[in-house]
Amino acid sequence: MAKVESSFKNMVLTLFIITLVASMALGGIYTLTKEPIETAKKAAQEEAIRQVIPEFDALKESVVDPVDGSEPLVFNVGYKDGEKIGTAVLSYSNQGYDPTTIKVMVGFRPDGSIYNTAVVQQKETPGLGTKMELPSFRDQFKGKDPGKFDLRVANDGGDVDAITAATISSRAFCAAVRRAYQTYKNEWEDEK
Amino acid sequence: MEYFVIIISAIFVSNIVLAQFLGICPFLGVSNKVDTAVGMSFAVLFVMTLATLVTWLIYHYVLAPFQITFLQTISFILVIASLVQMVEIILKKISPPLYQALGIYLPLITTNCAVMGVALLTIGKDFNFLEAIVFAISNAIGFGLAMTLFAGLREHLDLMEVPAGMRGVPIALVTAGILAMAFMGFTGLV
Amino acid sequence: MNQWLNFTKGFIRENPVFTLLLGLCPALAVTSSAFNGLGMGIATTFVLMSSNMVVSVIKNYIPDKVRIPSFIVIIASFVTIVELVMQAYAPSLFKALGIFIPLIVVNCLVLGRAEGFASKNSFVSALIDGLGMGLGFTFALTLLGAIREMLGSGSLFGYTLVSGDMILVFILQPGAFIVLGYLVAMFNKIKKSA
Repeated sequence: MAKVESSFKNMVLTLFIITLVASMALGGIYTLTKEPIETAKKAAQEEAIRQVIPEFDALKESVVDPVDGSEPLVFNVGYKDGEKIGTAVLSYSNQGYDPTTIKVMVGFRPDGSIYNTAVVQQKETPGLGTKMELPSFRDQFKGKDPGKFDLRVANDGGDVDAITAATISSRAFCAAVRRAYQTYKNEWEDEK
Repeated sequence: MEYFVIIISAIFVSNIVLAQFLGICPFLGVSNKVDTAVGMSFAVLFVMTLATLVTWLIYHYVLAPFQITFLQTISFILVIASLVQMVEIILKKISPPLYQALGIYLPLITTNCAVMGVALLTIGKDFNFLEAIVFAISNAIGFGLAMTLFAGLREHLDLMEVPAGMRGVPIALVTAGILAMAFMGFTGLV
Repeated sequence: MNQWLNFTKGFIRENPVFTLLLGLCPALAVTSSAFNGLGMGIATTFVLMSSNMVVSVIKNYIPDKVRIPSFIVIIASFVTIVELVMQAYAPSLFKALGIFIPLIVVNCLVLGRAEGFASKNSFVSALIDGLGMGLGFTFALTLLGAIREMLGSGSLFGYTLVSGDMILVFILQPGAFIVLGYLVAMFNKIKKSA
C-alpha cells in the first residue's frame, strides 16, 4: 500500500484523528481508574492514621490552624463505640536536609501523650536521614508526654536521641512533632 | 529570601544533572568540548524558561480549572515539542547569528528530559508564576554549570592514559560520579 | 528476519542502557533498589511494546512530515495510561518512581524504536522488538538496582543479606554514575569477546 502523501489536508487530518482517538482513550481510562485511585489514596492515609492511634471504628476529619500562623494541619479524631480514643495530626517540617517537605503523622491519646508517629513523606539522604522511618528512631516518642519530654534533639538540649550522622533530619522530624503537639494542645485546651 | 533559597537549591544542592539525573543524554553526548557544552547550555536556558512559562500557564488556566490534569503529560510534551520547532523557525528569521550558534542543539532538546522534568517539578512544587520562572532559570544555570565543568574535565581526560576497557563513556561516567560526590558537599546548605 | 535474534538483541548486543546508552536518566535515578529498577523497567516495556505495535499498524496512514508529532502523541497516551493504572493499583511504587514515570515520554529509547524500527517493520517484528528491547532495559535497570542495593544497603529486593552499615555511597547519586560506568565497561568487553 502506498504511503499517504504529506499534503496540508492530510497532515491536519492525521494529527486531528490521532489526538481525538488518544484523548477519547485516555478519558475512558481516566474514568475507569478514577475510583481505584481515590480508594488507594484514602487507604494510604488511613493506613498512616491506623499506625498512630489505637484501633478506631469511626474518624472525624477537621482542619486546624496552628498557633504560629503557618499552614493549617489536618486532624483526624478516632472514635471507638462513640468514645474519643485518639487524634492523628498530619504535621510537616521544611527544615530537612532535602528541600522536600517532611510530612509526619503524629497520634495523641486523649490525655495528650504521644501514641505513635509515622513518616508520610520524606526525601532525606538514603541510609542516613531515611532512618527516621525505622522504629528504632520513632519508638523513643511512643507513650511520651510532650509536656515532660523535651521534643528536641539532645544536641539542642532536648530528650531525643538523634539518628547518627543525621542530626538535621532528626531535628526536622522533631520540629514536625512539636508543631503537631503545640497545635493539638491548643485545640485540646480550648475544648476543656 | 524565598527566591534566594530556590536559586541556591536548584543550582547547587539539588543540581538537575548530578542530583536529579535529568538531562543525562546531552550531559554525556555533547560534553566533549567546552564550546559545545556552553552552546547547549544557552539553548537549554532559552527553551527551559519558555517551556516552564507556557506549561505553567496551561496547567493553571486550562488543565486545573477543567479538572483534566491527567492530560498533563501529553499536553506538556506537545507544548515542548512545538515550542522547540517555533523557536527554531523564529530564530532563523529574526536572528541568524543566534540561530547559527544554537540551531544545531534545538532539535536535541525536545527529548531532553531536563526541560520536561523542570516543567513537571514546577507543577509538583506548587510554585507561583514568578517562582516558577526563577526556578526554571536557576535549573538551567545548574545544568550549564554541570555541563561546563564536566566538559572541562573531559577535555583533560582525553590527554590521560586510561585503561583500554574504561576509555570513552565508562571513564566519563566514573568522573561524573566523582563530580556528583563533590556536589553532595552542598547538601544542607539551605 | 530471524525473530529469535530480534528478541534477544536487547539483552547484550544492543542493550539499550549498557550498549546504546539510551534512557540513562531513569537508569540512574530510580535504581537505588532492585525493585524500583524492575518496576520502572516493566512500565517502560509496556509503553515500548504498545507504541511499537500501534506505530507499525498505522505507519502507512501517517504523512511523513507529521510522523514525529504523531508518534509523540501515541507514546504520551500510553505513558498516561501507565501513570493512571499505577496510581490506582501500585501507589507506593508510583510514589517511589516519581516524575520518572511521566518522563518515559522523553525517553529516547521509546521514540527511537518507534521511529527507527516500528515505522519500517511488520506488526509481529515490531511487537517482538518492543518486548525484547523493553526486557533488555528491565534487565539493565534491575541489574544496576541489585548491585547498588547490595553494596549500599546490604539487601536484595528488600530482603536483608548483611545487617549493619554498608557502603552508603552506592545508593546515593555518585554511586549510580560509578556503577553504571563499570557496567558499561564490562558490557563492552563481553560484546567484543562474543
